Amino acid sequence: MHKSIRRAAMRTLTTLLLALATAFVASPSAFAEEGGGLPNANVNVHDQGSLQRGARLYMNYCVGCHSLKYLRYSQMAEGLGLTEKQVMDNLNFTGAKFGEPIVSAMPEADAEKWFGKAPPDLSLEVSAKGADWVAAYLKSFYLDPATNSGWNNTVFPNVAMPFPLWQLQGEQAAVMNPAENGQPATVKELELAHPGSMTPAQYDQAVRDLTAFLTWVSAPDELVRSHIGAWVVLYLVLFTLFALVLKKEYWKDVH
Amino acid sequence: MADESINKGRRRFLTASTAVIGGAGLVITAIPFVETWLPSARAESAGAPVTVAIGKIEPGQMVRYGWRSQPVFVVNRTPEQLEWLPKQDPRLRDPDSKESEQPKYCQNATRSIKPEWMVLIGICTHLGCVPDYKGEVKPESFDPNWKGGFYCPCHHSRYDIAARVYQGVPAPLNMVVPPYHFVDDSHIQIGVDPKGAA
Amino acid sequence: MRAFTQWFNERAPGLGVAYKKHMTEYYAPKNFNIMYYFGSLALLVLVNQIVTGIFLTMFYTPTAAGAFDSVQYIMRDVNWGWLVRYMHVTGASMFFIVVYLHMFRGLMYGSYKKPRELVWLLGMLIFLALMAEAFMGYVLPWGNMSFWGAKVIITLFSAVPVIGEQLVNWIMGSFVPSDPTLNRFFALHVVALPLVLLLLVVLHLGALHEVGSNNPDGVEIKKHKGPDGHPLDGIPFHPYYTLKDLVGVGVFLIICAIIIFFEPTVGGFFLEHDNSIPANDLVTPASIKPVWYFTPFYAILRMIPSKGFGVLALLLSIVVLFLVPWLDRGKVKSIRYRGLGYKIALTVFAIVFILLAAIGDDLTPGWIVAIFGANADITTIENLFGRTLVVLYFGFFAFLWAYTFFGWEKTKPVPERVTTHA
Repeated sequence: MHKSIRRAAMRTLTTLLLALATAFVASPSAFAEEGGGLPNANVNVHDQGSLQRGARLYMNYCVGCHSLKYLRYSQMAEGLGLTEKQVMDNLNFTGAKFGEPIVSAMPEADAEKWFGKAPPDLSLEVSAKGADWVAAYLKSFYLDPATNSGWNNTVFPNVAMPFPLWQLQGEQAAVMNPAENGQPATVKELELAHPGSMTPAQYDQAVRDLTAFLTWVSAPDELVRSHIGAWVVLYLVLFTLFALVLKKEYWKDVH
Repeated sequence: MADESINKGRRRFLTASTAVIGGAGLVITAIPFVETWLPSARAESAGAPVTVAIGKIEPGQMVRYGWRSQPVFVVNRTPEQLEWLPKQDPRLRDPDSKESEQPKYCQNATRSIKPEWMVLIGICTHLGCVPDYKGEVKPESFDPNWKGGFYCPCHHSRYDIAARVYQGVPAPLNMVVPPYHFVDDSHIQIGVDPKGAA
Repeated sequence: MRAFTQWFNERAPGLGVAYKKHMTEYYAPKNFNIMYYFGSLALLVLVNQIVTGIFLTMFYTPTAAGAFDSVQYIMRDVNWGWLVRYMHVTGASMFFIVVYLHMFRGLMYGSYKKPRELVWLLGMLIFLALMAEAFMGYVLPWGNMSFWGAKVIITLFSAVPVIGEQLVNWIMGSFVPSDPTLNRFFALHVVALPLVLLLLVVLHLGALHEVGSNNPDGVEIKKHKGPDGHPLDGIPFHPYYTLKDLVGVGVFLIICAIIIFFEPTVGGFFLEHDNSIPANDLVTPASIKPVWYFTPFYAILRMIPSKGFGVLALLLSIVVLFLVPWLDRGKVKSIRYRGLGYKIALTVFAIVFILLAAIGDDLTPGWIVAIFGANADITTIENLFGRTLVVLYFGFFAFLWAYTFFGWEKTKPVPERVTTHA
């Protein structure tokens, strides 16, 4: 007889939960840097080929300066479906042992001398900044004679790092908005001034692979998690159904 | 509340099956927690095989190496030491190493791959002390008939030059031989079996 | 089995009595609805936090130099370490979701009213201890949000007159959060506060079982007892509510498992992105805010344009919850039979609480741009919006008092017996 009130109570609760859910969804990537506006990096960590290509790019172009100190070569082999020999022959250029972490060969003191600050470890880069940011960053370098390195970046203005992938992407130049009202000129868009060894489509794929690899490095547990998760949920559903039938059986007593 | 129509069999069945499913879930959930105590990737890495150079070990000399934080003894045995080996059998607890731990390919008269090279984990099987190397064939205070071997200072356990334990001492078994193989004549890798050996 | 039971009962007769008192002969109203799951779920989460916490403690290093690395060690090198940590992290957030819903249930059905004021007060103390526990736990990974969160929250104490500055340095054991801070927070988080929480939970349940549970109709089931001396509208907690709660546990665990296995950071809400950066005392995160469960209170602090009054308002927003049993003078407990004014006020209060959380979580600037366009004056609009919410938050309690004190509330007749059961 108080169905209506019960329903009202339920509605209040549902509203509450919905509001909470909306609050969550409203900001799916609450990253500190540049909340929105970045294109979706569109990476797939379940694509083993993409991860392997990304690892190769990383070991050829990045690890010279940027360590992945929380990842071991052995863990990379396991996660990427590679053998010890494949990793040690093709992806390990520092002479580190198979079980050791992936540490850059560059001495930190030299790095500080050359770049002003030591290149950061990138083990958790995607966790901290998001895949979208990393992908956009890698596509947004342009020639800028005003900086020390000769390079600048629209996603990370005045970044200390020179563009390491210029041979692949080529050199981009900035098209500027005209300076107005004493405000400094801003970058309108980037255009490819000198093509690199890759076509734009190939370079996009390379960035996607590299970003996918870094996404996996940030949370290597994801591949294991999603694999087990389905079974856990399935088990819990089964358990809940049994519990429900059992509860209903006993509650026949209650009138 | 006590209803005549209660189907006790159904209740018992449902209670039992829910308990079994829930109990199984709890046990399976416990497994990851138990397994957190297994050696971590860091420990595994520290336990990785080590390759050591043995070329400079003189006959009769012993050198210690570390593997998995355990002392590994490598002895370059002299012909004299080897000569006495079979003659110790009657005095030993496990002369054929039937109860003791060693790779299959080292379960032989010299407990080694090459007779002159003895490789063992230098931990007494009694309570885990590290025995001393007493390689010389000469009477010792603890044994007038000493033919070379290992002597544990903690509780006076004695082993021959193949790390086989003598009778009448507290240690129950021969010392352990780790898996190893010869990379070349002057290098062994500890922790990895020879190719083809299981 | 029976022989064993007898052997046991002869040697520990008190345990059997206690089991009966709290389980098989604790008579609970038969009309509990969905809002009554959250108490037992909170207990479940507490157990989860203790078990997973013990295991994390086995691998964690409580030093400024080692803490961040040891968390990654747990996540990557320790077998199943990621599972244990995600269970702990998810448990922390779920604890607050469950506790907030549990408190909201209390407000809906007047569970804080005579004779249950003590149950409410003990519950509020649990909430306070839980906030301290969660805050200190959040500092332990020593990420950049841990560091700056610790710094900002501890600096709140500088608003205390006269001794403020010394108090801050005393809490930190230094002049910035550092090793001494981390070590004492670790000790409090893993030993002291869990003991306090357990004690308070025992008292909370003990106090409840003395007076008996309230119910969605807000009627006292003890008024009508059968010839056997048991309430006519009551049913033994075991097996009826243990089994019902088991279903709730199942559904709850499904939700938790989906989070743990498929989206453990929940888009940066349960695990914040900036905490993937090691603590850096020179660089403040771009957007510094506490974890979502503190954001409603944090928003109140932020919206008051004065340090002293801001801290005072923050304090008051929690203290006022303690006073609810005495602010509400109404005799009718359940929202089902209360006046329309209370129904509206409570609904508004719930929405205000969530919107304050959104402000504290820095979601509002995005909303403002979406509604008013890119050129909107975000600060002005947000302040106007937020301060309205702060007024409404405190307004709820003022209204509750006036509404019941001056007799403005028009209640419906309360039935003698419970009316529904699920």
